[in-house]
Amino acid sequence: MTNSFADFKKAKMIMVIGSNMTEAHPVAATFVKDAALAGAELIVIDPRRTDLVDFARMHVQIKVGSDVALINGVMNVLINEDLYDKNYVSTCTVGFEEVKKKAMEYPPERAAEICGVSADTIRDLARRLASVKPAMLMYTLGITEHICGVNNVMSCANLQMLLGNVGFECGGVNPLRGQNNVQGACDMGALPNVFPGYQRVDNETAREKFKAAWKVKSLPEKPGLMMPTMMEGLTTGKIKAFYVFGENLANTEPDIHHVEHCLQSAEFLVCQDIFQTETTRFAHVILPSSAWSENDGTFTSSERRVNRVRTASVAPGEAKPNWWIFKEIAKRMGHDWKSDSAREIWDNEITVLAPSMAGIKYTRIENDGIQWPAPTEDHPGTCTLHKDGCFTCGQGVFKAIDWIPPAEVPDKEYPMVLSTGRRLYHYHTRTQTGRSQGINDLLPEETADISAADALEKGIVDGEKISVKSRRGEVLVKARVTRQVPKGLVWMAFHFREACANWLTNPVYDPVTQTAEYKACAVRIDKVN
Amino acid sequence: MSNTFFLNGIETPFTPGQMILDAARNGGVEIPTLCYLKGATPTGACRICLVEVKGARSLMASCSTPVTTGMDVLTDSELVHKARKMNVELLLASGRHNCLVCESNGDCRLQDLAYFYKITNLRFPQKENIYPTEDENPFIVRDFSRCILCGRCVQACNEVVVNRAITQGYRGAESKIVTGGDNPYNESECVFCGQCVEVCPTGALTEKKAKGLGRPWEVQKIRTTCPYCGVGCQQWLHVKDGKIIKVTAVENAEPNQGRLCVKGRFGYDFIYSEDRLKTPLIREADGKFREASWDEALDLVANKFKEIIKSDGPDALGGVSCARSINEDSYQMQKLFRAVIGTNNIDHCART
Repeated sequence: MTNSFADFKKAKMIMVIGSNMTEAHPVAATFVKDAALAGAELIVIDPRRTDLVDFARMHVQIKVGSDVALINGVMNVLINEDLYDKNYVSTCTVGFEEVKKKAMEYPPERAAEICGVSADTIRDLARRLASVKPAMLMYTLGITEHICGVNNVMSCANLQMLLGNVGFECGGVNPLRGQNNVQGACDMGALPNVFPGYQRVDNETAREKFKAAWKVKSLPEKPGLMMPTMMEGLTTGKIKAFYVFGENLANTEPDIHHVEHCLQSAEFLVCQDIFQTETTRFAHVILPSSAWSENDGTFTSSERRVNRVRTASVAPGEAKPNWWIFKEIAKRMGHDWKSDSAREIWDNEITVLAPSMAGIKYTRIENDGIQWPAPTEDHPGTCTLHKDGCFTCGQGVFKAIDWIPPAEVPDKEYPMVLSTGRRLYHYHTRTQTGRSQGINDLLPEETADISAADALEKGIVDGEKISVKSRRGEVLVKARVTRQVPKGLVWMAFHFREACANWLTNPVYDPVTQTAEYKACAVRIDKVN
Repeated sequence: MSNTFFLNGIETPFTPGQMILDAARNGGVEIPTLCYLKGATPTGACRICLVEVKGARSLMASCSTPVTTGMDVLTDSELVHKARKMNVELLLASGRHNCLVCESNGDCRLQDLAYFYKITNLRFPQKENIYPTEDENPFIVRDFSRCILCGRCVQACNEVVVNRAITQGYRGAESKIVTGGDNPYNESECVFCGQCVEVCPTGALTEKKAKGLGRPWEVQKIRTTCPYCGVGCQQWLHVKDGKIIKVTAVENAEPNQGRLCVKGRFGYDFIYSEDRLKTPLIREADGKFREASWDEALDLVANKFKEIIKSDGPDALGGVSCARSINEDSYQMQKLFRAVIGTNNIDHCART
């Protein structure tokens, strides 16, 4: 997030796109609702009528995967009606002419046709967004989980730069991260192209620095493989050994049949986890780790805040801290690592090597955490990135972007769109929530959410078991007839192994990030008897 | 005219629109409250924060009376304390406030006030309890006999977390906090964030899972960060004998400001599941797993890695880190891959 959660409640104009916040980030959503009650204008852009719509002045119910067209259409109106921030665009950004040219190709009428909303809705949306400054934009996986995920994100950035909203309190481009420490895992360099603190592996200076710190003669300079390519590599033999730490890939990745084939093909699979999962079934070695409340350490939240995690209970049996396990493997491979606690790793290594976190020592985050960048120990942390439009990289770069449809669109055989996401009561593959007493009582099984119109057409009643089928698989699941879902859409989650949406989802990826298109594939629904 | 008023005779500044309660707290004078909930519209329901305002006909509820310039406020007068004491006595008679058999014993504002006012006799006859306890849901026990109708839960639900599941229902002596249609929580709009329990000043709303596991004075509170979504809510883990018995939100902490959701508040006990992995496991030729020592398992992993590096090079290994575990774990794993194995094939589920 460029901004902070503390801004949500104070914001005057909020645009939520592709985020079912009340279920996936419930506490963040409370602040958005607070703002709406206090008079802020809330605009929700989503194919579903999510609960947040109850608080919105405007719900733009676009078709799945039409985000770029919508934003280009909005930018078309902003430019043609002279509603954009000319001063900001000329002083803080580059690339306006290209984006303008592209936006001109998307008059509201054209965008409307792609998005399935009226041209006047697009005009209204643009005028409303331009009427309050700054406006805060929030998005989640509805933006990223498409083959054009990167383009969707850049479109959000284009819009906010055009409106002059990046770099101000209660403005910015704000992705809400789905997992407690997905921000931190990125920050720590658990990515194939960067060291901790986003220092590129193909940069010689960075490599020299890490070589000296880690006392090694060489470090690989070629960026590594992303997870989907690694998994594919298991089937071709390119990857022989695969080390899966705390992920249940057999349920979370698209097209489970294929994923399991990949895992099955591994010559040597190591799983490190707190439970046996559908993934550990394929392991050759399973290493038991200590869990959340059995470790001292840090998580970094969506707002770049490094928060403390503390030990409150003892790990069962011989389960060990994960950092210890990695250290022990390193030792057996001839490397003696000095740090012997999470605190030593953070204070003596990470904060020394990652300049943006250099000022965040454990002593400073006893209470509230600190938001990076905090380069020195007297730096208070950074609530708003790109302050006053002064972008970290110099100037904000507009990018002209074309709309492309999802990889798989409905046809005669598979006439409906399946989109997926999370539900309030469960978390991912239920390894945690499924074992927390009481949660299963509130949500005991998966459903396929469909519209009343489709239910009527197919003669399906609420609660009836139906078949949902895609080119990759079929599940039998209870139908949930709901006004949240428009005609032509089926919506499911992946919390339950049985009827997991990922038996159906399409393993196609954004070319840059290799994020899978969980949000769109083609399915058919049928009555079972 | 300057914005000052007289607080127990001392000239004290205030901001226009400020209630007496807030202005007094700013001026260093604490006024006891029961129904007052920071950030929500004051209801003036409990009459515990009464103060004397010179010239006013009766005592005023300081939570909902704005300060005016020159106002003369007494928070500590005999009249004030007499009235507050009587209101506490009336509240004690309003229900079944028998602390010995109450889950909230030791963590109860009403009990604190009764103690403060040295109330040892129950002066008024106890009101008959007309509504049975409702605990059909897995998490929250609603004991109406201990409810003082202060409305904090209603304010929290409607004005703080804005889930709009409960409200004041019925009238007069039959008043009750209800969901839509007066259904049990699990058949209502309730999303089990538990904010109502968090703010309840008595034992009317308590946590089912924590029942009987520890008294407030027996637990240690440890601050930590929630293990679910990426908001990073700050929690208090209530720990007794090395076991988490309850989770509450940290007040005035960034980013959650005393709020949690259903997963954060009630989804903590997976760590005690019998399913937890307790020893390293190695798969045998027949496909079954057998228990192994750490030395054996780690040697096997390290040797197999070395073997593959030798035969196929370091890029034949790949790893995915965990987006749920601590930063220090991800750091160690990428260090293992880069510095020890010699490949950048390290990733995690950043994209999902």
